[in-house]
Amino acid sequence: MSNDAVDTSKRRFLVALTSAAGAVGAVGVAVPFISSMNPSARAEAAGAPVEVDISKLQPGERLIVEFRKKPVWVVYRTEQNLADLGKLDGRLQDPKSEGSIQPEYAQNKARSREDRKNILVVEGICTHLGCSPQYRPDVEPDAGWLGGFYCPCHGSRFDLAGRVYAGAPAPTNLPIPKYQFINDTTILVGDDSAGAA
Amino acid sequence: MTSKAMALLGWVDDRFPLTKLWKEHLSEYYAPKNFNFWYFFGSLALLVLVIQIVSGIFLTIHYKPDAELAFASVEYIMRDVPWGWFVRYMHSTGASAFFIVVYLHMYRGLIYGSYRKPRELIWIFGVFIYLALMAEAFFGYLLPWGQMSYWGAQVIVNLFAAIPFGIGEPLSEWIRGDYVISDATLNRFFAFHVIAVPLVLIMLVAAHIMALHEVGSNNPDGVEIKKNKGADGIPLDGIPFHPYYTVKDILGVVVFMIGFFAVMFFNPTMQVTDTLSLFIESPNFEPANPLKTPEHIAPVWYFTPFYAMLRAVPPMLGSQFPGVLVMGAAIVVLFFLPWLDKSPVKSFRYKGTYIRVALATFVISFILLGYFGVISATAERTMIAQCATVIYFGYFLYMPFYSRHEITATGWRAPLVALYSILTIGLIAYWWMNDEVSATLKLIVSVVTLVYTIYLLIIPAYVKADTVKQVPDRVTSK
Repeated sequence: MSNDAVDTSKRRFLVALTSAAGAVGAVGVAVPFISSMNPSARAEAAGAPVEVDISKLQPGERLIVEFRKKPVWVVYRTEQNLADLGKLDGRLQDPKSEGSIQPEYAQNKARSREDRKNILVVEGICTHLGCSPQYRPDVEPDAGWLGGFYCPCHGSRFDLAGRVYAGAPAPTNLPIPKYQFINDTTILVGDDSAGAA
Repeated sequence: MTSKAMALLGWVDDRFPLTKLWKEHLSEYYAPKNFNFWYFFGSLALLVLVIQIVSGIFLTIHYKPDAELAFASVEYIMRDVPWGWFVRYMHSTGASAFFIVVYLHMYRGLIYGSYRKPRELIWIFGVFIYLALMAEAFFGYLLPWGQMSYWGAQVIVNLFAAIPFGIGEPLSEWIRGDYVISDATLNRFFAFHVIAVPLVLIMLVAAHIMALHEVGSNNPDGVEIKKNKGADGIPLDGIPFHPYYTVKDILGVVVFMIGFFAVMFFNPTMQVTDTLSLFIESPNFEPANPLKTPEHIAPVWYFTPFYAMLRAVPPMLGSQFPGVLVMGAAIVVLFFLPWLDKSPVKSFRYKGTYIRVALATFVISFILLGYFGVISATAERTMIAQCATVIYFGYFLYMPFYSRHEITATGWRAPLVALYSILTIGLIAYWWMNDEVSATLKLIVSVVTLVYTIYLLIIPAYVKADTVKQVPDRVTSK
């Protein structure tokens, strides 16, 4: 082969090889940049459990605490409230909380620990698009309201166990975080390692 | 010009194509001589871009992208920085002005067929500009760290979390850089808002104008002026952009600025009722509170038509994703417009009645959706919004049928007509299963949807094609 002749197939091969190597390099260099946008170690560490003092919480009242930067509600339900929960099954989307997030010990009608049914601990973030619903123990968004939560953003309604009403835009019940009672008047949100108190 | 100045220009021209650029894009760029009112909005969009960049730079001088400091730094700009209120209100008014101007600019493209061959890429770059603008506005709205900033961002980022198959949740965490909207989110949105998106925006605007100057401007008649050139090679119906259109556009700028400053000085939040402000919503004068959502939240007005579509789609199979998909499709469908229009003519002036009806109903439904996105949702409004969503999509999806000048409902088009008809009937059946809404309203939306589909889909496909008028060879003075 003379020096003037161009071996096009060899040239094409080399161009393809160089392009491929460059593309691998481009993907490689994108990794640190894209990863740098994930939650940082500090953001991940900010999820420590929170102690909540409920000694001053009266029946019918709600307390808002911040856990992992989200609102967590502690609601002291009355006996009437608990009795009302049983009347709603037909109007709820997931009355048995089968498709919703909660620890095993809270997958019951009241969505709370069996020994302290009056106390509801629930994440106050609508499962639709993340607004924080309003506490409506008595103000009715509609007739036959037995108390619960109402999301002002897109109109989702929840009962006093955080269970979503059928027909609401929210797909599932409000999530229940892990929690345990340290003593009669103190709850630890975000940790249930001690088991049932 | 003096000989010294000429010499300097010559020195530059030998090293940089200054005179060449000036001629190509201004003094010897021949635009059709029949531009009308609608042609102000391209240059006005450029003006607003400049306003936003300049006022934005001066805001970053005082603003602090930190969750602890952001809200107070904006109030500091408003109260303590000399003329700070002026710069900030210019920027906030500019954001809404940008969308007003861009929506009118896009409408111009729709009526005169400016997206048609050979201007498909101009249109596509334009849709990308619109997307970049929405991203820019969204990121910017978080920065004052008010209640509406916070909860608006919360809702929009959670739209991504609705994507199924385990993609959504990690994706939304990646966008926020945290498990909720937080300081990390604010800091990166600041970076996107002041550098990343503006760079993309400027490059897209350059591509948009380069493509425009390559093929030449369309005009209200949809006549290609380059087909009729004089002996000198200049289009007979063309006039140099400078000085003719620069002077015309300066008039537009003056009138626009009167309106702009009227809003900026007298009603910068664009308050329309006691509780409703369109440009800066009232809850945004309260610092962000992650534990409490405002009573009523809605996006800023320019997003509300799409937001209303999102809300109009009910969740399916326990997922919000279908609504997100519909909202995304409402934007994506714009990219396909150049190929959906099958008319032999560009401008609606020479098209028949179908396009006029389609356009008028499209505009009404878009405004209606925008209105419903501002106010809270009820069962009745949701039903009307669903009807308006059908009309929005109908404009695009029925276009291959109603824009044709011959009846060709054969081949792949017949099954498409059948599919659209079944979907329409399905939706009407779905409406009649809803007992929360009065029969009168059900009847109205059903009749509107049915008449719309019959008139713009069935009749053009099977009975009577669009009638087109003869397009003149030269532009008209209408």
